[in-house]
Amino acid sequence: MEQGFNRRRFLLSTAGIAGGLALPAAPVFAQGAKKIRVGLMLPYTGTYASLGTAITNGFKLAVDEGGGKLGGREIEYFTVDDESDAAKAPENANKLIKRDNVDVLVGTVHSGVALAMARVARETNTLLIVPNAGADEITGPLCSPNIFRTSFSAWQPSYAMGQVMADRKHKNVVTLAWKYSFGEQSVAGFKEAFEKAGGKVVKEMYLPFPNVEFQPYLTEIAALKPDAVFVFFSGGGAVKFVRDYATAGLRSSIPLYGPGFVTDGTLEGQGEAAEGMLTTLHYADNLDLPKSKSFKAAYFKAFKMQPDVFAVQGYDAAQLFAAGLAQVNGDVGKRADMIKAMETATIDSPRGAFTLSKAHNPVQDIYLRKVEGKENKFVSVAAKALADPARGCRM
Amino acid sequence: MDFSTFLIQLLNALQYGLLLFLVASGLTLVFGIMGIINLAHGSFYMMGAYMAFALTALSGNLLVAILVGIALSVLIGFLLEWALFSRLYKRDHLDQVLLTYGLILIFEELRSLLVGDDVHGVPIPELLSASIQLSETLSYPVYRLFMSAVCILLAIVMYWLIRHTRLGMMIRAGSSNREMVQALGINIDLIYRIVFGLGVTLAAFAGMLAAPVSSVYPGMGNQVLIICFVVVVIGGVGSVWGALVAALLIGLADTFGKVIAPDYAGLAVYVLMAAVLLWRPEGIFRRI
Repeated sequence: MEQGFNRRRFLLSTAGIAGGLALPAAPVFAQGAKKIRVGLMLPYTGTYASLGTAITNGFKLAVDEGGGKLGGREIEYFTVDDESDAAKAPENANKLIKRDNVDVLVGTVHSGVALAMARVARETNTLLIVPNAGADEITGPLCSPNIFRTSFSAWQPSYAMGQVMADRKHKNVVTLAWKYSFGEQSVAGFKEAFEKAGGKVVKEMYLPFPNVEFQPYLTEIAALKPDAVFVFFSGGGAVKFVRDYATAGLRSSIPLYGPGFVTDGTLEGQGEAAEGMLTTLHYADNLDLPKSKSFKAAYFKAFKMQPDVFAVQGYDAAQLFAAGLAQVNGDVGKRADMIKAMETATIDSPRGAFTLSKAHNPVQDIYLRKVEGKENKFVSVAAKALADPARGCRM
Repeated sequence: MDFSTFLIQLLNALQYGLLLFLVASGLTLVFGIMGIINLAHGSFYMMGAYMAFALTALSGNLLVAILVGIALSVLIGFLLEWALFSRLYKRDHLDQVLLTYGLILIFEELRSLLVGDDVHGVPIPELLSASIQLSETLSYPVYRLFMSAVCILLAIVMYWLIRHTRLGMMIRAGSSNREMVQALGINIDLIYRIVFGLGVTLAAFAGMLAAPVSSVYPGMGNQVLIICFVVVVIGGVGSVWGALVAALLIGLADTFGKVIAPDYAGLAVYVLMAAVLLWRPEGIFRRI
């Protein structure tokens, strides 16, 4: 529906220009002129399409729960499919900011795209809420008063895992990840906590993204015989790796750990091979929290499917924005007050309530989860109220 | 690296190389014999993998899935050749790139509509699900060895088909001079249709065979496409034998690149390609 609306608006505005009436787009459709304009820049096609949809659903659920309003004002959505293509990101972000005059930009999943969005947001001073992308930089060197994140930093779940693995008496560990920023940041976070606790990373191995030919690495792991292995892969790569690891017979002798992305949204494909695997994330499928249960029920009722962590992050993006709008009664012109309210808000998230760090990243509990029958089940709190160190952030 | 680890890595390299050969052989046929740059080749690989997933779920048996999948692939290959590709023979490469790139998008969208964007696994058949213990901690899945055996068998069959059969002779003749073959009373359109069908089927078959170990996920075809073109370029356009040698070389370069210089593992294959092209600009083996 939004897309049809966009197209119609686009046609009208171009028709206006063609007719010599170079009207700015906004007045043409500004009914009542009081709607809040929300720009959703998310992947709706490609590998991450289902994540983009989940985030959108979560966001809209939170808005609908508020009667279709945030801060007493009605909401108007503008959507752009970012295609997870970093090269198109500046143009796409500018489309929403300049053409559609959005009051807030929400996105995205892919870290490369989100980094480009953060740069555009800094230049244009647009309010940006990142509902997934975990690149440390977004709330690190690129941090800014107008940039918020409701998901996690790459550092967080992996750092928590470093402590867990040290507690479990593993001494020598081999790490394996894709060689791109998120993979390297995950390994760095893990290594920091694990070596601080007295463990030793005997070998750091990387493969080019998105290569999935793991056999040489499995042979290497078998030859090195470490106490445990820490990996980061996601999606198809995570499915293949966990299965390959099991069929290589390594699973029984060398336990496998990783941040939650290794077993989130992939359990169907991994099947029995993932059973019993321990991962860390800021969400688990069976959290015993009233908010988590009511969210799951409401989400299922609205969209006829179970929510995942991405839906939660989208839901919280809307909640965070609502907290800011409530403070200023929907007057987005009062930017400083709104940002202050967002900074100090406690978000009643289905993952458990969280606040924001100085760099605008969630200060949240990271859970240790165990794979049991196609679900990531809560085991314990791996790190209580863990805050990203926000290295390089001057704010 | 001790000697036994070295041997296991060698096995990894051969096994990877043979699978690469299987995917790339169809491309080298279509590219080399018909002169068509087929960017959609990876999509046929993906199509095969998804067929293996869907048909295994329906029939409960990978073998049945593969047999039905092969029949479907042949059919799809013929249909595509008749409807689209037959119009491209006289056009230049840019038109071919445009059409086949469009096909990639169409296949991805169809996949998304029909099966969705989730990642799926395909179970390894009961009979081949065992593993062989190679070292204290490492075992090797029998299915991977089975895959390699199938690839070797197919390489032999293809070599025999192209070198020692009447059809092979017509295919080779058609690739060197289409008009002359036609003048001799051979139905070249049919020959091309068969070659294209064969190319599609080989890619789809590779996808089906690899599905249990690679899992099935969106965009999987684009990953193999580039490496397939590397195989074809190193081996020499149109040479099946060259494709085999090139695929094995790439398997070796990739595997030992990952072990010896993990930081530059992504480069190894392309360094190999550059070296071969400097040495023999037309690839290791030039003709069929």
